[in-house]
Amino acid sequence: MSGEQSRKLIVLAAIWLALVFAPYWMAPLGGYTALATRVLVLGLAAMSVNFLLGFTGVLSFGHAAYFGLGAYGTGLALKFLTTSTPLSLVLGMLLGGIAGGLLGALIVRRRGVYFAMVTIAFGQVFYYIAFQWSSLTGGDDGLRGFSRQPLNFGFFQIDILSNTNYFYYFVLFCFALAVGAMGIILRSPFGHAMIAIRENERRARFLGIPVERHIWIAFTLSCFFIGFAGALYALVNNFADPKGLHYSQSGDFVMMAVMGGMRTFWGPLLGAAVFVVLQDYLSSVTINWMSFVGLLFVLVVLFFPRGLLGFIRRKSAA
Amino acid sequence: MTQLLLFNITNGLIIGAFYVLMALGLSLILNLSNVINFAHGGFLVIGGYIAYTITPYVGFWGGLLIAPPLTAVIGFIVERVLIRPLYGRDPLYSLLLTFGLAFIIEDGTRFFWGAQGKPVTVPAFLATPLSYNFFFITGYRLFMVTVVVIAVALLFIFLRYTRLGVRIRAGTLDLETVAALGINVRMLRSLNFAAGIFLAGLSGVLAAGQLGLEPTMGTGLLMPSFIAIIVGGVGSLTGTLLGGLLIGVASGLTAVFFPAASEAIMYVLMAVVLLIRPRGLLGEEGMMT
Repeated sequence: MSGEQSRKLIVLAAIWLALVFAPYWMAPLGGYTALATRVLVLGLAAMSVNFLLGFTGVLSFGHAAYFGLGAYGTGLALKFLTTSTPLSLVLGMLLGGIAGGLLGALIVRRRGVYFAMVTIAFGQVFYYIAFQWSSLTGGDDGLRGFSRQPLNFGFFQIDILSNTNYFYYFVLFCFALAVGAMGIILRSPFGHAMIAIRENERRARFLGIPVERHIWIAFTLSCFFIGFAGALYALVNNFADPKGLHYSQSGDFVMMAVMGGMRTFWGPLLGAAVFVVLQDYLSSVTINWMSFVGLLFVLVVLFFPRGLLGFIRRKSAA
Repeated sequence: MTQLLLFNITNGLIIGAFYVLMALGLSLILNLSNVINFAHGGFLVIGGYIAYTITPYVGFWGGLLIAPPLTAVIGFIVERVLIRPLYGRDPLYSLLLTFGLAFIIEDGTRFFWGAQGKPVTVPAFLATPLSYNFFFITGYRLFMVTVVVIAVALLFIFLRYTRLGVRIRAGTLDLETVAALGINVRMLRSLNFAAGIFLAGLSGVLAAGQLGLEPTMGTGLLMPSFIAIIVGGVGSLTGTLLGGLLIGVASGLTAVFFPAASEAIMYVLMAVVLLIRPRGLLGEEGMMT
């Protein structure tokens, strides 16, 4: 085993150990388990955005729509259809992913800023639907009246509703599934084709890679992932918020990805952790937290464009 | 019924005129600098609040004349300090930066002027309806549309006949060649950005008289402007003009029959246009696609 490989394994082990023991080491540092759960879910969302942004090089600024659809899908399923938490998660994910796939087919031929604009504008459609259709979605107040249900395995139950630690591990399990799938896709020939498109689209086209179709598949996959994250988010809060569909939420996701490091696999999770903790802290100390978040955007863009992990990697390379 | 239809079409045109003014500014900046200016709505708000602040001293007309250029100066400085370093980079970065800037501006206006809406008084002779039958055509609305028409006409004349305008148009098509011909492209981009912000400031002053002022008012106008640009076709200012009027009238008409969908119709329109003509109504193939 080469040094490079063993170092990667050590880092990977460290990340998973930190995640598995998060409820135990966070409390002494002034955190709480629910915060860790939120970091995981939003981290997964940021990683889904980065799946497209960092590895295919396509800038979608409307991913919150599919995140929110996942949340509403799960919320509605729990409210009207089923008492099974896993089933509701799957339904939420399907809603987000399928909507993304359909709209994606319409926009994959666009590139660059134009692509970003169209994704933003289409993303807002779902925001307006959730906002206007108040008889179903609760409108501006958000969707209430559902809650995550204990996991039922027939002969025993796991109470993820009232025990926050159990719920954290449930979310961590889902997170691991999604992240594992993401890793496998990126290592597959398809994943390499995605990176080829990012590096040089024209060349990829000349090599016979069907660029439009690949971008569409990558877009759809990332919508499924973020729909899943949104579904989990509905369980975290027992509530689905129309703000979760708004483009400013998309901006937050992209920011997490950039802040952590766009070209890295784990960067967005780190970015989400920093972002969530900072926002949690700022909103508790000042009413002008929006300005500080905005300032963070400006400063990261101007001085930290490679993100935290990109910065560390570059330093260790130098 | 006719009156209702007419009322909503007029409404749509007036709203559309707003979208046009916003969208033209956005479009100018997008075409030359490849920057999606998320803070455009923020600059609109700044324009409105500047007018509100100076109106007691210089009157409504003074505010209308002074506020837009002042906003443009702020835009010029912002471009110089914050956006210029990002031109060589992925468009993602300017997008994120202006996105953060929009947060700062919204929060800043709330901090300085308060979260409460501020009413703006317009001269009395503009506030009265012109006729009893067409009560909805107040003088102010007519005045607004006139100002928009004049501004748009001046913009097109400026781009068509002045040296700076010709350079901006040339830069949209091929910035490298323009630079190779010895034109200061950095300055060109700054001035162009300022021109776009001037239009945002002007819409802010006009919107203040019609709707009153709120720190969040810019955000609501931003999305329709995006759609106007997409529908009209990226790269074409005439397209943007057409797109803005079209979605304004479409949402005005939908308000008659199905009020809840008056916002959604814009998105439907955009989806249809993208399906039938992916580059937008007047967009040229190969421009930024």
